[in-house]
Amino acid sequence: MTDDHVDMPAETLGTGAGPRRASIFRALGDWPVLPIILLLPIILFGVFGPLISPYDPSAVNPAVALRPPSWLTGDGLAHLFGTDYLGRDVFSRVIAGARASLLVSFFGVGIAGIVGITIGLISGYFGGWLDTVLMRLVDIQMSMPAILLALLISAALGSGLVTVIAVIAIVFWTNYARVVRAETLSVKSRDYVAMARVLGCRDARLIRRHILPNVIDSALVVASLQLGAAVMLEASLSFLGLGVQPPAVAWGKMIAESKLYLATAWWLPFFPGVALVVTVLGTNMFGDWLRDKLDPRLRNT
Amino acid sequence: MLRYALKRLGVGLLCLVGVSVIIFVAMRLAGDPTLLLLPDDATEQDRIELRQELGLDKPLPVQYAIFVAGAVQGDFGMSTRWKMPAMELVLARLPATLQLAGLAFSLAVGIGLLSGVTSATARGSVFDQCVRLGVTLGLAVPVFWVGLIFIMVFAVDLGWFPTSGRGSFAHLILPAVTMALNPAAAMSRLSRSAMLGVLGADYIKMARVKGNSEARVVWKHGLRNAAIPVATLAGIQLANMIGNTVVVETIFAWPGIGKLIIDAIFARDFAVVQAAICVVAAAYIILNLAVDLTYGLLDPQIRYD
Repeated sequence: MTDDHVDMPAETLGTGAGPRRASIFRALGDWPVLPIILLLPIILFGVFGPLISPYDPSAVNPAVALRPPSWLTGDGLAHLFGTDYLGRDVFSRVIAGARASLLVSFFGVGIAGIVGITIGLISGYFGGWLDTVLMRLVDIQMSMPAILLALLISAALGSGLVTVIAVIAIVFWTNYARVVRAETLSVKSRDYVAMARVLGCRDARLIRRHILPNVIDSALVVASLQLGAAVMLEASLSFLGLGVQPPAVAWGKMIAESKLYLATAWWLPFFPGVALVVTVLGTNMFGDWLRDKLDPRLRNT
Repeated sequence: MLRYALKRLGVGLLCLVGVSVIIFVAMRLAGDPTLLLLPDDATEQDRIELRQELGLDKPLPVQYAIFVAGAVQGDFGMSTRWKMPAMELVLARLPATLQLAGLAFSLAVGIGLLSGVTSATARGSVFDQCVRLGVTLGLAVPVFWVGLIFIMVFAVDLGWFPTSGRGSFAHLILPAVTMALNPAAAMSRLSRSAMLGVLGADYIKMARVKGNSEARVVWKHGLRNAAIPVATLAGIQLANMIGNTVVVETIFAWPGIGKLIIDAIFARDFAVVQAAICVVAAAYIILNLAVDLTYGLLDPQIRYD
């Protein structure tokens, strides 16, 4: 419809308004600069967390409970983001939370992708009653708000890392199935597919070699757009007490725990929230960028 | 039109049945309720008797049939925690949720539409830039975090609003604004792009040439033609709002259905979870149905077949 989302990262850097861009920005214009800047620290935290972390995120130290961020009180770098009611270092816990958040959303969205792409391909390729049944299944699941479905599954399976991944996989597979099915329907009718069939290509090979490569871009776009939503869902579940369990640290849980100290310790909800916003913002922007790169037709999804 | 409506109604009913199966299966997976209902020193005999009394000894399809037979009459069983019929409990909480969702929805549509359309007409301006930054942030902030920050700033520090609970109109403001934030951003983004698509069209130029005021051109000729995607999104947002009440009601201790679902899940009160989720899912399905059926009113060019 418009090209407004295309140059979002560059424009936020203040380069998109004028007709002429500085050369450095022109060179970077094709790269998702802002999403990379936002996501890099989160990914580093997630991957190298224990190496960066100044303290053990679970180490209790009542002597320093509820200290404000140390740079505000002139204590230097002792506790960059302050400490919580048990004297645990908030910075270390924010770093530890990145791992749970990334782990859960990557695996959840990944499994959802594998299931959804497979079902979408089968549904679109074979059609008929199988297609009807599978798509009705998608309709049924989508007729339930995602958060309620997530709550129901967590209530049924009990909380924990594996459950949260399962919840995200179950909640998000339907989007892939719909998009991939629609793409498969259009790819299926092209001449080269008919040609391959005439040449004796079997269904399984036809799907794998001739259809899948043509629908995979759309699926990747769906994945990148859903990653932010998955991070948010994981955080909401752990906020409600249905996420990963201790000793694993989750940002949503940290924010929920800060509820009792709102009047005195603003840093408790503030920093995990900022980490969450940065992650979601970064993945959303990256998703927008990837969509415009790979498949502009999906712009309004 | 009638055929289309009936077909959509059929799909809606199918969805309702499907959702009831999902809820039923999930609740049966959740574990043996007799472990919770009986004291720890209960004998195996007590347990067997209670399972017979609750019908848990029958095969699953029979149990499902009994569940559905009760559900269509609004009988979801007794709440084990609140000691009253589950459906009565849910209906008692419904007005609070509707009040909250209603105000949040009006705020979201009002703010979203106004900011989206205005920023489309002033494309590239400072206002437009601000709206777009706001939209990007609004779509990325978690509801529960914003809620807590609002409580911290406006309730605890400034003391303008109460921190939680339901009562006066002031109680309603923070939860409603919190809940409106995400949908308002989505609404603004979509109405902006829909209006940008429309404003370049020939009939808009024609409307200007004919001497209509700019406001009339934008809000009547323009918006009318951008209405379909905007109305679709509004419907989806209203439906999603029912789901979002869970989180917002938990933050603000708002005594609605969302809070009830969370409390019931932690109390393992399955009758209440079933009843509440059934009501919410039914509302969700009906709303989506209503959205599909109103397209024809917005755009006479749409033919149902």
